[in-house]
Amino acid sequence: MPRMNMIQAINSALDVMLSRDPKMLIFGEDVGYFGGVFRATDGLAAKYGAKRCFDAPISEGGIIATAIGMGAYGLRPVVEIQFADYILPAYDQLVSEAARLRYRSAGDFWAPITVRTPYGGGIFGGQTHSSSPEAIFAHVTGLKTVIPSTPYDAKGLLIAAIEEDDPVIFLEPKRLYQGPFDGHPERPVEPWSNHPASEVPEGHYAIPLGTANVVRAGRAVTVLAYGTMVHVAQAAAAETGIDAEVIDLRTLVPLDIDTVTASVKKTGRCVIVHEASRFGGYGAELSALVQEECFYHLQAPIERVTGWDTPYPHAFEWDYFPGPARVGKALRRCVEAET
Amino acid sequence: MLRNARLSLHIPEPSARPGDRPDFRHLALRPAGETRRPEPESPAAEMRDLPYELVRVLDDQGQAQGPWAPLIPSETLRRGLAAMVLTRAFDDRIFRLQRQGKTSFYMRSTGEEALSVAPSLVLDTGDMCFPTYRNVGFLMARDYPLLDLVNQIFSNARDPLKGRQMPVLYSARDYGFYSVSGNLGSRIGHAVGWAMASAWSGDDKIALAYIGEGTVAEGAVHEALTFATVYHAPVILAISNNQWAISSFHGLAGGNETTFAARALAYGLPGLRVDGNDFLAVHAAVAWAAERARSNLGATLIEFVTYRTSGHSTSDDPARYRPDEEPAAFPLGDPVERLKTHMIAAGHWSEADHDALVRDCDERVRATVKEGEAVGTLGVTKPPLGSMFEDVFKTPDWRQIRQRREVEG
Ligand SMILES: Cc1ncc(C[n+]2csc(CCOP(=O)(O)OP(=O)(O)O)c2C)c(N)n1
Repeated sequence: MPRMNMIQAINSALDVMLSRDPKMLIFGEDVGYFGGVFRATDGLAAKYGAKRCFDAPISEGGIIATAIGMGAYGLRPVVEIQFADYILPAYDQLVSEAARLRYRSAGDFWAPITVRTPYGGGIFGGQTHSSSPEAIFAHVTGLKTVIPSTPYDAKGLLIAAIEEDDPVIFLEPKRLYQGPFDGHPERPVEPWSNHPASEVPEGHYAIPLGTANVVRAGRAVTVLAYGTMVHVAQAAAAETGIDAEVIDLRTLVPLDIDTVTASVKKTGRCVIVHEASRFGGYGAELSALVQEECFYHLQAPIERVTGWDTPYPHAFEWDYFPGPARVGKALRRCVEAET
Repeated sequence: MLRNARLSLHIPEPSARPGDRPDFRHLALRPAGETRRPEPESPAAEMRDLPYELVRVLDDQGQAQGPWAPLIPSETLRRGLAAMVLTRAFDDRIFRLQRQGKTSFYMRSTGEEALSVAPSLVLDTGDMCFPTYRNVGFLMARDYPLLDLVNQIFSNARDPLKGRQMPVLYSARDYGFYSVSGNLGSRIGHAVGWAMASAWSGDDKIALAYIGEGTVAEGAVHEALTFATVYHAPVILAISNNQWAISSFHGLAGGNETTFAARALAYGLPGLRVDGNDFLAVHAAVAWAAERARSNLGATLIEFVTYRTSGHSTSDDPARYRPDEEPAAFPLGDPVERLKTHMIAAGHWSEADHDALVRDCDERVRATVKEGEAVGTLGVTKPPLGSMFEDVFKTPDWRQIRQRREVEG
């Protein structure tokens, strides 16, 4: 089976869907001839023609609005927003339009669009190229929110997202594009090629949205993570020697609540990690759900390890980033807590 | 007959891609001195031809031609030239430092120095420039301390922005330079609002906002234009049409259908299309627009026709999307060379003066970078760790207080 990094896996998913579905098309800033600033659409315009993969004006609101219109017509647009930090001019279109078109028209119109966008820190992007906006999408009823953590998942989830008839926000952890970054910036970059999830089938396969993945089985504590933090959580478990069960949520909406609650009921402890700021983050929803569903099984307070409640600072990237040391501390606190 | 034709989607393509011969015929150039200059107090309705013309002053021999030729003291020209040369020396040096791993990122303004430097000399202290990441020349022309720029670029212990921002996203209120953000088009409305506030307050300050031609596509630009029009805001809205927005050519912002200056027409604003590599033309156009603004006649839209000769940023490789020969083939030449030729022809500059200036700028940059390196390159020194929790609000709330305590241990 071919080995791919996450960018190649995303490219492969787009390639597969362009060849399978004549109504699928790609547009976004710099995605055509050039192949995207992260190269996710490299070669696709050359292979399928500009009509299937083309550049868009620098207008995120325009990109999403026209994608909705094309989707309503019957096409299947997959658009790229160059950085998740720049999706906000399109927020109204996503919230007031894409998310509600089916509902408000009682199924008369709908928006089968996929919005791919790189998110997260770790590339010295400062406050304009590092943010993790998943919570503001997960909060919106009518949007699905997906975050892969490996090349294999990225391809399978992206294909599933494109095949969805509802709008999907597909957040790509850009720090994982080239390798399974575990939160140790001081170490040499580990390429995907050594990781089992870099084995990616060339053809079509889909990972159903709403299925979490237990990436590390354990009995002492459940760790809920997604994207980059899946690897950080695994590193923290290995470094502390704590028998943690690490769950990669893969899709925030729809959430695989059964896998989450089964695990927490088994371990009785739960640590939630995300890179986004803490207050009102997706972790707050997870914490509330775990408390509601597993209260009588909990043996310790639920812990959250997150980015700080500040914008992402350039110089303090690694002080802001919730790395393995901070996750490890929370794991220890959680397993040592007694009720 | 047309009705029976099948529709097809138009997807614009640039005039040349790698391997093609550069082609700038779309620029529709005019010889220097040909475009008329209405009096600044003329009604906008009487200058609807200007967005399709091209305000040029310097001809190929460096002579100033026509009605836009400004009366600029030779001392101002020397300052302008020095600021442009300094900008270029700085850009080149920091670009190399980034390649050596001493900082994370850099963006040069090479080839576009005139459109930042000349307006800086036109605007008064008290006016406010709302820049993009490509306008460091504005600060160079105002003798902003080079060391502060270097410290910002290194995010080091003396970074005036406390390590918060990526390199080049400066802020310098005392120099009339508004906080830069990476988000395209997000501050053009601030410029209009700032100008409205000046008018509301009965002051005489004006604002100048820059955007790239690619950014003209953002909805925020059209919102800002509407407000500028409706309230006659004393603001100059400048579009740097450097032909490329990363890999996207100007046609992706609508540049194939009309000029960017012509956007002004639909709003009823004056629109000027100006040779952006001609220091004298830039100076004259901005002075003209500033006079209108200060006379309570409202906003002007200016398109500066220029070319981004370097890559978009240190992350970019333009060889992937445009011919390598394209920068050299750009018909409006180089702003530094053109001003230098003019000053030599006018008799107040010489090749020897110029060589000395270049040497002096290189030396200043080299010495300042050394000082900055002694303070620390990226990651070697930082502002105090706890400072990352400051300025979220004027007064931190319990979250920043608790989290700061956790970090400081
Ligand atoms: C809102 C937003 N969308 C996308 C980007 C990514 N981006 C950064 S610079 C750039 C091109 C800008 O081109 P232009 O406005 O022509 O200015 P230039 O860089 O040529 O000076 C893009 C797409 C961004 N920074 N902000």
